[in-house]
Amino acid sequence: MSIQKHLNTAYTKWMEGTGPYSHIVISSRIRLARNLADFLFPHLQSPEQAREVFSLGRKALDTPGVQQKIGPLAFITMDELSSLDRQILVEKHLISPQHAQNEGEGRGLIMRDDEAVSIMVNEEDHFRIQVLFPALQLEAAWELAGQVDDLVESKLHYAYDEQYGYLTCCPTNVGTGLRASVMMHLPALVMTNQASRVFTALAKLGFVVRGLYGEGTEAKGNLFQISNQITLGPREEEINGNLTAVSRQVIEQEEQAREDLQKEKLTQLEDRIFRSYGILSNAYILSSEEAMGLLSNLRLGVDLGLVRNVDTKTLNELLVRTRPAFLQKMAGKEMDAFNRDFKRAGIIREALAGS
Amino acid sequence: MYCEECLKRPATVHLTKIQNNKKTELHLCEECARRHHEIPFNFEPNFSIHKFLTGLLEGSPLEVAPVATPQCPKCKLTYRQFGQVGRFGCNQCYEAFEKWLGPLFRRVQGNSQHGGKVPRRAGGKLRFKQEIERLREELQSAVRAEAYERAAELRDRIRALEQKLK
Repeated sequence: MSIQKHLNTAYTKWMEGTGPYSHIVISSRIRLARNLADFLFPHLQSPEQAREVFSLGRKALDTPGVQQKIGPLAFITMDELSSLDRQILVEKHLISPQHAQNEGEGRGLIMRDDEAVSIMVNEEDHFRIQVLFPALQLEAAWELAGQVDDLVESKLHYAYDEQYGYLTCCPTNVGTGLRASVMMHLPALVMTNQASRVFTALAKLGFVVRGLYGEGTEAKGNLFQISNQITLGPREEEINGNLTAVSRQVIEQEEQAREDLQKEKLTQLEDRIFRSYGILSNAYILSSEEAMGLLSNLRLGVDLGLVRNVDTKTLNELLVRTRPAFLQKMAGKEMDAFNRDFKRAGIIREALAGS
Repeated sequence: MYCEECLKRPATVHLTKIQNNKKTELHLCEECARRHHEIPFNFEPNFSIHKFLTGLLEGSPLEVAPVATPQCPKCKLTYRQFGQVGRFGCNQCYEAFEKWLGPLFRRVQGNSQHGGKVPRRAGGKLRFKQEIERLREELQSAVRAEAYERAAELRDRIRALEQKLK
């Protein structure tokens, strides 16, 4: 299976735009951190050991039996890819920014054909099993991640301790090794100045709110990622259940805010949405930040049924297609900021005219 | 306190300078402070969770306790190094630093006992242990409720599981 297909198309499973609460929840993610007992953790192991870990992972999963169960898998080492290509995988949320930066040997990616399953090899931990689904589907994602986890564990010896559970490189992941997260679009809470209050409440309940690309990134386009903080103690089902329950609360708040806006500020809201639609459909130069803001307004218009001829899937794809690395990949050359802004505007115009 | 320069905004930057035994103090708002050449505005740009954890380790009894810093026999990471990088080196670090991890985990995680998934191979015995634990709790409440028949049944199941552990 060729990796090129994954690098040349923006579309990936989580962009489907269908499923429970897809008018607010973009995607759900489950990530399991796993290490092998017989190796040092990635930051201390030699390049030879790192390569061995990757080949062990490959051996465990590159069998017809396994792929029959979970689907066709691709095995890629990071050094096969240019830094631009690695950046594309980050923009599609298939690997972390850290994994793209690290050029050490043995770093790899094992990925299912539809990109819903991706396993980072030799990131901070030996294996980071990730499942990414559209809309609010943590349970289904956990089930699939658990299956992949069982398949790896049936062949390889995990670092596990009766008291501390799955042993991870960082103390913040120990226990279940589970980080569950939900990506939400919350424009109405931001417009009505309620977002920070909601986030403070979430923090008190043990959940972390981050921007679009995880740790250390800011929230652009009113997109927020909510995830569990505690990994040691509660069962996986509890963690996922709590996050789902909390997400439903946030969804309810956002829905209420949207309703209030429609009731009390409909004209201003419509003006904002259609003004954004107008700019996106006609502009020739758009910075990433401006585009994200305008696309957020347009998405709200689509979700409220005010804009009818654009679908959520197109908007989800644009989230990735308008990112710097992807723009350059499409253009087939490196571009400076000005040329990227020009290309970005062109892609958006075309996407909106075509839908 | 208001900024000594613009007298408008609250002072949030406080500068103390000691030169030739003479102490001068300056209280500025952020904006004026930025204009002030004297003040180096160095922000640590790359916040990382590991550096943050290091902060948690400091000042706790963990750091002062060991005279000779313990070392993991497998990866050779010392406890002091762990404190500096905030990352374990291998699975055996957990055993080597065990004495000091309880407080750390309670601080970071609010907990120090895993309650989730048990892997089939690595955790074979733990599955039984968790089941025994659960049955013992049930047994106690059965005894309290004076449901002796049920208690005897539970006792037999616990014994059977304990046999499997041996």
